[in-house]
Amino acid sequence: MAPRAAGALADSRSAAGSGPTASGAGGPGNVAGPVVSVSGLTRRFGERTVLSSLDLEIEAGEIVALIGRSGSGKSTLLRALAGLDEHPDGEVAIQGTVAMAFQEPRLVPWRRVIDNVTLGLRGADPAGRARQALTEVGLDDHRRAWPLTLSGGEAQRVSLARALVREPSVLLLDEPFGALDALTRIAMHRLLLALWEEHLPAILLVTHDVDEALALADRVLVLGDGRIAHQSAVALPRPRDRDHPDLIALRNRLLSELGVDTKGTQ
Amino acid sequence: MSTTNPSTKPLGALAAGARAGRDGVAADGAVAPERRRRGLRLPRWNRVASPLLLLAVWQLVSVTGLISATKLPPPTKVISTAYTLITTDSPAYGTLQHALLASLGRVAVGFALGAGCALILATIAGLSRFGEDLVDPLMQMLRTLPLFGLVPVFIVWFGIGQLPKVLLIAIGAAIPLYLNTFAGIRGVDGRLGELGTVLGLRRTELVRHIVLPGALPDVLVGLRQSLGVAWLSLVVAEQLNTNAGLGFIINQGTQFLQNDVIFVALAVYTILGLLTDWMVRVVERRALGWRRGLLVR
Repeated sequence: MAPRAAGALADSRSAAGSGPTASGAGGPGNVAGPVVSVSGLTRRFGERTVLSSLDLEIEAGEIVALIGRSGSGKSTLLRALAGLDEHPDGEVAIQGTVAMAFQEPRLVPWRRVIDNVTLGLRGADPAGRARQALTEVGLDDHRRAWPLTLSGGEAQRVSLARALVREPSVLLLDEPFGALDALTRIAMHRLLLALWEEHLPAILLVTHDVDEALALADRVLVLGDGRIAHQSAVALPRPRDRDHPDLIALRNRLLSELGVDTKGTQ
Repeated sequence: MSTTNPSTKPLGALAAGARAGRDGVAADGAVAPERRRRGLRLPRWNRVASPLLLLAVWQLVSVTGLISATKLPPPTKVISTAYTLITTDSPAYGTLQHALLASLGRVAVGFALGAGCALILATIAGLSRFGEDLVDPLMQMLRTLPLFGLVPVFIVWFGIGQLPKVLLIAIGAAIPLYLNTFAGIRGVDGRLGELGTVLGLRRTELVRHIVLPGALPDVLVGLRQSLGVAWLSLVVAEQLNTNAGLGFIINQGTQFLQNDVIFVALAVYTILGLLTDWMVRVVERRALGWRRGLLVR
């Protein structure tokens, strides 16, 4: 088992995730080089430096999970990539389009489900494309429903449909499953992977859940001291068995990285 | 659409009701009929009982001469006077419908003017700091000014014609609508604004799809308050020299000591106020159908 583990898990600081997902180049992210490249990103809030000269590259079609203690700047990084931060220092370059789903689904309550999906959607036949997207997340039946009548999982699926209908080359997910119960979360993981296989966007998933990161990502980044403090590639095929010895080893490694961080910064 | 037959949907009453909320009547029928019967019908009759009792006592007190019928004409007398005012064009009063039209016209013009200005100014103030600094101080000053204290000034400025009356109504109606709309726009969830940025909405789209619909519940609350103030201002404005309108009928009734005529005019004011309030509630029920899921619970 040990040799395989060594092969499957490549721990390094510089490994760009050109793993099994390089085939993603055939999808919407069909561009040369990384779809996301961040260099020297620094963000201060008053006295506090949250991001300090952070570098990050994400390849087309790659799933990257970003973990870190709360307050480590995960969301700050995501917001900078989404263009929601007006004052970042450093360079952020993105190839293609970005879409984002938030922890709370942020459906506009006075627009029906389908009108949430078409909101801001350009191009031909937005309604038809929205229905297609809703069908993909299994909610075409609910297209005329008001958002306030949906369950948490349903609302999050609408939010995913709204992001994916834009055929993004980069999909930013800010703890999208954090508020869901465990069973719904597992179903959402499966759905996300199915959607990813269909559309092959690069995904940057912010999560506080190491298991979630290990279940989904090609590469797990640990954010600490305002930069990428550690990264591990996960080269196991999906769906992954949570109790796979490689994953157990990796989980311990990542948890210790998170723990070391806590000691390091007090 | 599934509105007519929500029971076939495996969604549960809540979702079905909210979905059916598109058209008020169908929704009422669809959502938990039992609860409606117990929770709404019965209290509705209870609510009618006490006013009816009051009317009966009023009639009795008046008819038995406990209070002189000239001071407090019985309801039956008020109704027959109303009938006479409608059917005969007397030199003293004209007809009731003529007065009604004159008053309605006044309140419509004044309200439209005031509400239009309020919506525009609140949107300007709500959407930018610059607009707020420009507009809000003036509106706050206007708000603290005692409205009816303006009456003598208006008479000096504009005479006793239509203009001072319409202006009084306009200013009265503008203020609550302005305040509520402004607060509504500012109260729209900032996270939805972020969503708009992520979805690549243009500024006009953001205003149209997120900001204004988000402010609508407050706008409608403001609208109801504004209508209330508009009717109130009309009554006060029509106490100025008028030769037509409900206020004119009241003034004539006072001169001829005909309290029954005054009561008719007051009743018409009340009915008009109730009618416009009801109209806004209907609009509210339709425009805010998306909240129905929560309200019905």
